[in-house]
Amino acid sequence: MDIGLNALIQNIFNSLSLGSLYALIAVGYTMVYGILRLINFAHGDIFMMGTYFAFYAITIFFLPWYLGFLVAILITGLLGFSIEKIAYRPLRNAPRISSLITAIGMSFFLESFAVVVFGGIPKSFNVYPKFFSDIILIGQSRIPLLTFITIGVTFFLFLILWWILYKTKIGLAMRAISVDIPTTSLMGANVNNVISMTFVLGSTFAAVAGILWAMKYPQVQPYMGFTPGLKAFIAAVIGGIGSIQGAIVGGFLLGFLEIMIVGFFPSLAGYRDVFAYVVLVIILMFRPTGIFKIYSEQKV
Amino acid sequence: MPEILKIEDLKVHYGVINAIKGINIRVNAGEIVTLIGANGAGKSSTLNAIMNLVTSKKGKILYEGHDITKSSTADIVKSGIVLVPEGRRIFPNLTVQENLMIGSYGRNDKDGIKRDFDFVLSLFPRIKERLKQPGGTLSGGEQQMLAIGRALMGSPKILLMDEPSLGLAPLLVKMVFEVIKKIKDEGKTILLVEQNATMALANADYAYVLETGKIALEGSGKSLLAHEEVRKSYLGVK
Ligand SMILES: Nc1ncnc2c1ncn2[C@@H]1O[C@H](COP(=O)(O)OP(=O)(O)OP(=O)(O)O)[C@@H](O)[C@H]1O
Ligand SMILES: [Mg+2]
Repeated sequence: MDIGLNALIQNIFNSLSLGSLYALIAVGYTMVYGILRLINFAHGDIFMMGTYFAFYAITIFFLPWYLGFLVAILITGLLGFSIEKIAYRPLRNAPRISSLITAIGMSFFLESFAVVVFGGIPKSFNVYPKFFSDIILIGQSRIPLLTFITIGVTFFLFLILWWILYKTKIGLAMRAISVDIPTTSLMGANVNNVISMTFVLGSTFAAVAGILWAMKYPQVQPYMGFTPGLKAFIAAVIGGIGSIQGAIVGGFLLGFLEIMIVGFFPSLAGYRDVFAYVVLVIILMFRPTGIFKIYSEQKV
Repeated sequence: MPEILKIEDLKVHYGVINAIKGINIRVNAGEIVTLIGANGAGKSSTLNAIMNLVTSKKGKILYEGHDITKSSTADIVKSGIVLVPEGRRIFPNLTVQENLMIGSYGRNDKDGIKRDFDFVLSLFPRIKERLKQPGGTLSGGEQQMLAIGRALMGSPKILLMDEPSLGLAPLLVKMVFEVIKKIKDEGKTILLVEQNATMALANADYAYVLETGKIALEGSGKSLLAHEEVRKSYLGVK
């Protein structure tokens, strides 16, 4: 097989894996925005906290890796729950700018907390089983097992998300609440519980993304959530913020563009982090609402 | 007849605007009680206050003898008070069937839900043909039927309706009132807010006239229909 084809296969897998991670994070931004019209700036830092939880669960509490990951994911869900309850809920009826500033403050708080408590020096995330790095040959392309795991786990989580949204009662309320909060409460739904569940769901997805990310670039540090968080946010906006399909499509689109442009134009590699913004500007020029448009609140 | 709902000295304000200035309303079980009044009189504010959807209110709301003034909206719904909101407020992104099912969100009695679902479909055959399409694709009249059906899915003992005939063609208005009578025949109580005073008064057991946040008149539906001031101001009779 020729080198070009191998490189292409390699790039496709890399794109899918990076796109998976962006999509997993983007879903959290978009669900919260869809309900509260709030950009949860702390979401990237929730992602970061998830990786630290996993790191310490395994290194300090000596949990086997799979249990450590599971515990970290659950604790991150609890963190998202608490952030909403403590920081955002009291401001729900305040002007939107207040909650936006609170979200930025929460982001700074989590980063500072990580620096003070976990330390500012990056830690090597070598807490996962070695076979994750095994190479699988596709033709002559060498793809690490972790890439397949990342794509598979993401696919599985999106299936679960779809099941929750379309097959469960709480999912029905989540979809309803995203167009009309007061009317959802008129259905007998406890709006606070539905919003809490949304934060829990988004945060657990961020934790999974964080753990997968930390295995891919095997280290953790307090600011590791910034760039992936920002790009996932851009992915959500490109897809049409508030739309879950949009966040998934946007995440993969960004992953593909980033990998493919660098793959085919290696000289542009230095500008890698700029691509996301360029795509954002271009898409918003033609479709100001992003790719998918959501139902906005009904005006009577 | 025993009273199912009693509103005592209710006041509602939005910032500096006093929308409701101390009103008393009684609703007897099994009756249709109507609340009529001009735009901005405070009709929706009254219903929203019962559902605890307004941020600032004073007074007391008693339901079956219990004080529900401070209960959460969800708990009020579960206790049997359900509102068909002004403007229908269908969930456009949910299918018609999902719109109906979410009306039963606070319930767990599967058999009862199934029974009410069948009842709603028998009440609104038009809705039955459209179960799979998004609520937002329904016509205005169909949306109003869906909104009423959705509220019935909550198994209300008392149904609050905020201008269900608003924006409907005469034939549909007639149909809405026929549905209201059928709901009454099911043993349910109805508190109906309307601007279509003629229809509302003709069908009501008891009626209140709301004027800028105060009760101006009250009496049986028939007596208000015959009342000179009501005829002048609300029935367009010169
Ligand atoms: N959310 C709100 N914020 C500020 N003022 C409000 C709000 N809701 C209602 N009002 C004011 O309170 C008064 C009563 O309004 P309400 O909606 O209860 O009247 P209504 O009788 O239902 O009128 P309509 O027939 O037009 O529906 C009006 O002056 C209105 O402007
Ligand atoms: Mg009104």
